[in-house]
Amino acid sequence: MNAETATQRHTALYEEHQKLGASFTDFGGWQMPLKYDSELAEHHAVRKTAGLFDLSHMGEVWVTGPEAGKFLDFALVGKLSAVAVGKAKYSLICNEDGGIIDDLISYRRAEDRFLVVPNAGNADAVFEALSERAKGFDVEVENASAATSLAAVQGPNSVEILLQLVPAAEAATVTDMKYYAADEVTFTISGAPVKLLLARTGYTGEDGFEIYVPNEHAVSLWTALLEAGKAHGLVPAGLACRDSLRLEAGMPLYGNELSLEVSPYDAGLGPVVALKKEGEFVGRSALEAQKEKGSQRKLVGLKGLGRRAGRSHYPVLKDGRQVGEVTSGQPSPTLGYPVALAYVDVEFTEPGTQLDVDLRGKPEPFEVVSLPFYKRGN
Amino acid sequence: MSKVLSGLRYSAEHEWVDDASPAKIGISQVAADALGDVVYVDLPEVGAAVTAGETCGEVESTKSVSDLYAPVTGTVVEVNQAAIDDPALLNSDPYGEGWLFTVEVSEEGPLLSAEDYASSNGGEVA
Repeated sequence: MNAETATQRHTALYEEHQKLGASFTDFGGWQMPLKYDSELAEHHAVRKTAGLFDLSHMGEVWVTGPEAGKFLDFALVGKLSAVAVGKAKYSLICNEDGGIIDDLISYRRAEDRFLVVPNAGNADAVFEALSERAKGFDVEVENASAATSLAAVQGPNSVEILLQLVPAAEAATVTDMKYYAADEVTFTISGAPVKLLLARTGYTGEDGFEIYVPNEHAVSLWTALLEAGKAHGLVPAGLACRDSLRLEAGMPLYGNELSLEVSPYDAGLGPVVALKKEGEFVGRSALEAQKEKGSQRKLVGLKGLGRRAGRSHYPVLKDGRQVGEVTSGQPSPTLGYPVALAYVDVEFTEPGTQLDVDLRGKPEPFEVVSLPFYKRGN
Repeated sequence: MSKVLSGLRYSAEHEWVDDASPAKIGISQVAADALGDVVYVDLPEVGAAVTAGETCGEVESTKSVSDLYAPVTGTVVEVNQAAIDDPALLNSDPYGEGWLFTVEVSEEGPLLSAEDYASSNGGEVA
């Protein structure tokens, strides 16, 4: 841990969270709101109405230049050069051994310009890796993380809420925006118009948006969203429910499901690795070898048949013998039964396989199920 | 700030005990707030012997599992089935509807006054 992360960093919205009575937690070196009141109530609000998240701890790295697409094809495992302007892509940045440095979303903002969004705890590592890999390419890599805030509105009422702050002439930009797309939209906050980058992305399994905002406008955007969302059931939502929401949606969390020691193929992210793309990319030969060899263990969903939840690092058993380990787990607020993600020996990964999770010495029955646990109705 | 109910006594492990006989036991609001939304409680059986300072059950929230420690030694007389059925009572009313079990006390463990517990655990006596 370096000196910067050892001291707890605060987002531009920290005082707003204090005013709202948040309890805080350390996440990736940042003091972030864990919850404002009940994390279960916040979870249900995102599923039924809407929640407002401060995600300003996430990183923002701009990649600009004539070779931006070509460079990202080399630096990341996906084929970013094929992403259309205005669209986004989920990808991974791997090291030479094929280990995952981070999972991230890249937005193509122009033919020669991408916004790359790493996780909070990996933002510096990703920026350093991208800067290192940029040598020899005609690109500039700029770390805008410290100057950029990020607010997310997630839940079925998200569109209605955003429309309160967007001029009628731009309403269609919001309503017609496709999932994993982004555009500049004018927000009227504190009575003044401000152009912000709006993306239809999220980490909750619900419809929703993420809004990139310069720090100086973060508080006025946050308060305007809360005010506009009041009539639409919008509540501030913390990282506790963000974790339970993403788990229900079967989405991996870096540090739990993903790490330098994990192969993308084991994590079910094989389709994200574009081995067919032309040219060299960092990790290619290791990833090719991993794919050729095949996975010994795979990430699966586990549904608890009892009431007790499995937790990170709890052993997964078959007939008393350890065959895997839980990476994330908790009672699912939406589904009403425990859910978990776990790495399990490949022979036990078929849906319907009966396994046990060792809950502090007591085996509790779980069943392998297909992911995601929860999928929203359309 | 979490409420520490005056008139009760508290263990360092965040259980409260009242002065009735048998004594009623629950967890403090300081503990309930720190745990987050409680989704499961595992309590000792009626008739079970519990020993002050030793684990006698578990409290599971959305985020974590914590051991429940007996604040007194004795025999369990009654368990609160309502709290087992609706563990959210531990959050909404930890000193009332969210009580856990009662014990015929043979010996007390080290217990703190509400004031002492609040000053070392960051609650507000009310």
